[in-house]
Amino acid sequence: MTKYIGKSVKRVEDKRFITGQGKYTDDIKMPGMVYAYILRSPYAHATVNSINIDAAKSAEGVVAIYTGADIPEAIAGVPCGWQVNFKNGDIMKEPPHPLLVRKKVRHVGDGVAIIIADTRANAKDASELVDVDYDLHDAVTDPKAAAQPGAPLVHADAPNNIAFDWQLGNPKEEVAAALASAAHVTELDFVNQRMIPNAMEPRSAIGHYDTAYDKYTLYTSTQNPHLTRLLMCAFVLGLPEHKVRVVGPDVGGGFGSKIFHYIEEALVVWCSKQIELPIKWTCDRSEAFLTDAHGRDHVTNAKMGFDADGKIVALQANTFANMGAYLSTFAPAVPTYLHGTLLQGLYTTPKINVDVTATFTHTNAVDAYRGAGRPEATFLLERLIDLAALEMEMDPTELRFKNFIPAFDGVEQEGYVTQVALQYDSGNYAPVLTRALEMVGYEAFREEQKNQKGDKLLGIGFSTYVEACGIAPSAVVGALGARAGLFESAQVRVQPTGKVSVYTGSHSHGQGHETTFAQVVADRMGIPLEDVEIIHGDSDSVAFGMGTYGSRSLAVGGSAIVKSIDKVLEKGAKIAAHLLEASTDDLDYAEGKWTVKGTDKSVGFGDVSLTAYVPHNYPEGLEPGLDFSSFYDPANFTYPFGAHVAIVEIDKETGFTKLKRFIAVDDVGNVINPMIVDGQIHGGLAQGIGQAMLEGAIYDETGQLINGSYMDYCMPRADDFPSFEVDRTVTPCPHNPLGVKGAGEAGCIGSTPAVVNAVIDALWKGGHKVKDVKMPMTPERVWTAMQG
Amino acid sequence: MANKISVTVNGKQYTGEVESRTLLSDYLREDLSLTGTHIGCDTSSCGACTIHIDGKAVKSCTMLAVQADGCEVTTVEGLATNGNLHPMQESFKEEHGLQCGFCTPGMMMTATDFLKTNPNPSEQEIREALEGNFCRCTGYHNIVRSIQLAAKKMSEAV
Amino acid sequence: MIPNSFDYKKATSVDEAISLLGDDVQILGGGHSLIPTLKLRLNAPGTLVDISKIESLKVIRDNENSITIGGGATHASIAADAALSEHAPMMTQAAKEIGDIQVRNFGTIGGSMAHADPAADWPAVLLACDANVVIQGKGGKREVDIDQFFKGFYETALADGEIITAVRIPKMASNRHSVYVKFKQPASRFAIVGCAVGIEMEGGVVKSARIGMTGVGESAYRAMNVEKALVGQALTAESIEAAVKNVTEGAEVMSDHYASQKYRTHLAHVYVKRALKMLM
Repeated sequence: MTKYIGKSVKRVEDKRFITGQGKYTDDIKMPGMVYAYILRSPYAHATVNSINIDAAKSAEGVVAIYTGADIPEAIAGVPCGWQVNFKNGDIMKEPPHPLLVRKKVRHVGDGVAIIIADTRANAKDASELVDVDYDLHDAVTDPKAAAQPGAPLVHADAPNNIAFDWQLGNPKEEVAAALASAAHVTELDFVNQRMIPNAMEPRSAIGHYDTAYDKYTLYTSTQNPHLTRLLMCAFVLGLPEHKVRVVGPDVGGGFGSKIFHYIEEALVVWCSKQIELPIKWTCDRSEAFLTDAHGRDHVTNAKMGFDADGKIVALQANTFANMGAYLSTFAPAVPTYLHGTLLQGLYTTPKINVDVTATFTHTNAVDAYRGAGRPEATFLLERLIDLAALEMEMDPTELRFKNFIPAFDGVEQEGYVTQVALQYDSGNYAPVLTRALEMVGYEAFREEQKNQKGDKLLGIGFSTYVEACGIAPSAVVGALGARAGLFESAQVRVQPTGKVSVYTGSHSHGQGHETTFAQVVADRMGIPLEDVEIIHGDSDSVAFGMGTYGSRSLAVGGSAIVKSIDKVLEKGAKIAAHLLEASTDDLDYAEGKWTVKGTDKSVGFGDVSLTAYVPHNYPEGLEPGLDFSSFYDPANFTYPFGAHVAIVEIDKETGFTKLKRFIAVDDVGNVINPMIVDGQIHGGLAQGIGQAMLEGAIYDETGQLINGSYMDYCMPRADDFPSFEVDRTVTPCPHNPLGVKGAGEAGCIGSTPAVVNAVIDALWKGGHKVKDVKMPMTPERVWTAMQG
Repeated sequence: MANKISVTVNGKQYTGEVESRTLLSDYLREDLSLTGTHIGCDTSSCGACTIHIDGKAVKSCTMLAVQADGCEVTTVEGLATNGNLHPMQESFKEEHGLQCGFCTPGMMMTATDFLKTNPNPSEQEIREALEGNFCRCTGYHNIVRSIQLAAKKMSEAV
Repeated sequence: MIPNSFDYKKATSVDEAISLLGDDVQILGGGHSLIPTLKLRLNAPGTLVDISKIESLKVIRDNENSITIGGGATHASIAADAALSEHAPMMTQAAKEIGDIQVRNFGTIGGSMAHADPAADWPAVLLACDANVVIQGKGGKREVDIDQFFKGFYETALADGEIITAVRIPKMASNRHSVYVKFKQPASRFAIVGCAVGIEMEGGVVKSARIGMTGVGESAYRAMNVEKALVGQALTAESIEAAVKNVTEGAEVMSDHYASQKYRTHLAHVYVKRALKMLM
């Protein structure tokens, strides 16, 4: 029986946030603190001829100014954490990403100088006195255009701007042959546009070199403090890791954009050593638009072939993926191992080939953004299948049911082996779509749609998805190019009084770990939730961590906690057996006490804890203490899945599209806290729908980001959405102790194509047989689609 | 240029000097260490910095500190009274109206002002009232629920 | 985001404010147009004169034939004013459409007018209301017909050293009808097209019409050819269709990533039509 697991326990972390006592990086002040402003390139591609800092240096309050020339050659820049090889086996092109540019700027926002002063205002004022002489060059921003001969080069040693090319799946010729003999082929060219993550807390970093201890501290808005420390120490600054502490305090949302190790983090740490003062840098939103790693940006051609019966026979996907000007930490993994591997979807497609060309452009770096590769894969599959249904005049749901992989639980039935390198853990796909259709009232909707008259067009769009999360088995990702392991660590420290401190390497920045993890611990240990404290985000207190991304916290971090709990209870049983003068085999553990089977003799968890630390009457040879660390490396990814349905209404005269309903049925495995899981789904939906309807970065041909503010980049607002209708099915993960799969990205992965499909459906039913409306589907784009 | 100002913040009077160009949001955060007021943008769009001036919601990033001279300021830190959470705070917790917590103070400050003029709003009215507050975590779903619950609690309390 | 340095002077009366104006001096009203430009350092005045504390500028006065709205009246106070709601309901309606709660609480009508953003709501509405602008400077007071006030892209008839002290809105007779409709730019929520219509009916036909357009051109303007075409017509779907042939005549129609010239022109026609149909 569980007391907490499966219950919507209210979040323990909320109190500090609702009272204004959250502690985000920018909230931290230290004696003697000085402030940094980073002068950035206003041009996308230029040679820096000279930088004159004389006037700025003598400006009021200025403490120090550094340019690229001041940074030792040995500090080459921030590294890339994932290596993908060219098809021919060559290692990807990996030009350095310097902390401050030395010769060339490669995107608007590239760092040119850091100005440190006693106040933010003085640093900013002084920055206006720095005189940089640039020679301007042509720029390229589109990932496909970048690969064409004669395109301006981003890096001299990356010909045709190609970072790498890559393919996966069945041989191309086999796929081509299957497509050639298909009864119907649906082909689509589309752009999965560039997204700007826009976590509400702008990035911030504080570097503090402590002369007394010869120790560095970095406070930073990060999703993974330990990984940042490892990258910064070993690959950037060459610092001894044990002399560096990285803290990710309260972090105001990440969505991927705070996974990566950014130049500003290394800069404030390096500079703080030079001037022996704590330095704070906090970016403005305008800077965030230019420098937070962006997401998506794929230009794709895809073909899906069907037999006469509607069974998918083959899929060919060709994508140009924009890397931006530099390879960000996980950038190469996104269009490849997080995208190509997901193109099986939840269908039995027998032949699949995916071909990816990753290119450099004069734009900000692109990396993982909520879903990272999986939304792009889902978009590709789900746009094709809905379009195919329209073209073949079939019902889009029937077409899906026909192609679903049959149910498998990963225990009785083997996991499903895909054509693209994965083995799904467990899946039961039809019920999520069936449930979604019930919630929609599908037949009634189609009736309503058929009878519609007047100045509006109604449409319905579907998306069924499977994703890979719980990232990830280290050996697997290592073989795929990851330069890090992707396990997680946890320490369960029982205090002498029986209170429990849990140290996890997962970082919470909105996900509610302090509650969900505590529910797991309290239930497993049979103690009150109030007796559990979850500690995260500080490399000095948490042994190690790989951080939070890829919907991995509970599946991997939670499993590590379970391992430590098991060890605690195993040792506790030995102590209890000693106290009860029984054998451990004769003991039961429940509700916080060990009982000798069949008797009322028992000893409580608190007594055992105290005995462990006051070991007077104690098992011989057993170490004192009750404190265990574990590392958990998963056996496989986890594979959540779901079905999303959008209903839209288009104003024929203006193209304005209203999202009338959104239904999401997701299966994320077992659920610890339904309230929190629903919240994760809601947030993901908003981001996915935002991509479909509202958001998207626009670079002009000179490389200027022309919508780099909230006045132009459309952040979704409350009145852009209806209330979401969510439900779930539960198919446990067979390979982790909690049976959980992960819920952080599902909403964002499934929702985008459902909305686009709904608009396309509305347009077709209104007599406008267009294949695509570019995202974001602004009113003008939808209106234009109706003019043909 | 330094200006002498005197403001009452959360019931406590503060007197000090501020530069003309100091924004009220920076004054609250830096001079008074009231860091519950957050800064999420530079175009007066996101509303994370929303506070009350003389009882009315305002984006404190769009007001000079010197303009607050003589005003009554309430920030999120002043929402609870005598250690009791404001119904809006309780409701955000009960309905899971927050995740990362960054937009939350501004959301609650806007919502409390909104409920003064519209104590019994429809869902659509709540959504429209949040036009000047961005949240990236919740999809607004549970924020709307929180404000509905707060409205109910506050009208029952009257 | 920190503005350049400037000096700050608080005025307690209009006369004092005017005496403080001069070279390199700008007026700070509600600040909701000005402060964002200061933060982005697109604008760096040497001195700001704060008129937001001048009580007389905040007054909304109900006169016999008109309502006088002080230049310092906030959008929220305009939205809440009973006399306006009764005698100039389009003002109430538009005030509720501007910005968001926070902006409406502190942004002022005078500030918005002086800023003259080509996509702001007030200009279209004031044009359709046939408002008069009361301006005060060192040389004294003058009144400017709203038709002469908005001169171009962020440009008005306001001279250096002058303050908008009030806007006078004629009360609507019972035979007058008005409406403001707006197609919003999704991000900023400013108008891509805002259309304000005021018509006077007599004997079942339009006696006179004023149509203010915002968001379309470089400055708000009146769609005069539509106004003319409506006069003498009963308001029917057909007469409206016939009248709105060329809503953007004379306007330099803007283009951006949310609305090309072609689409904006189309929307302008759709929105004038919709506004008129609402008055049928």
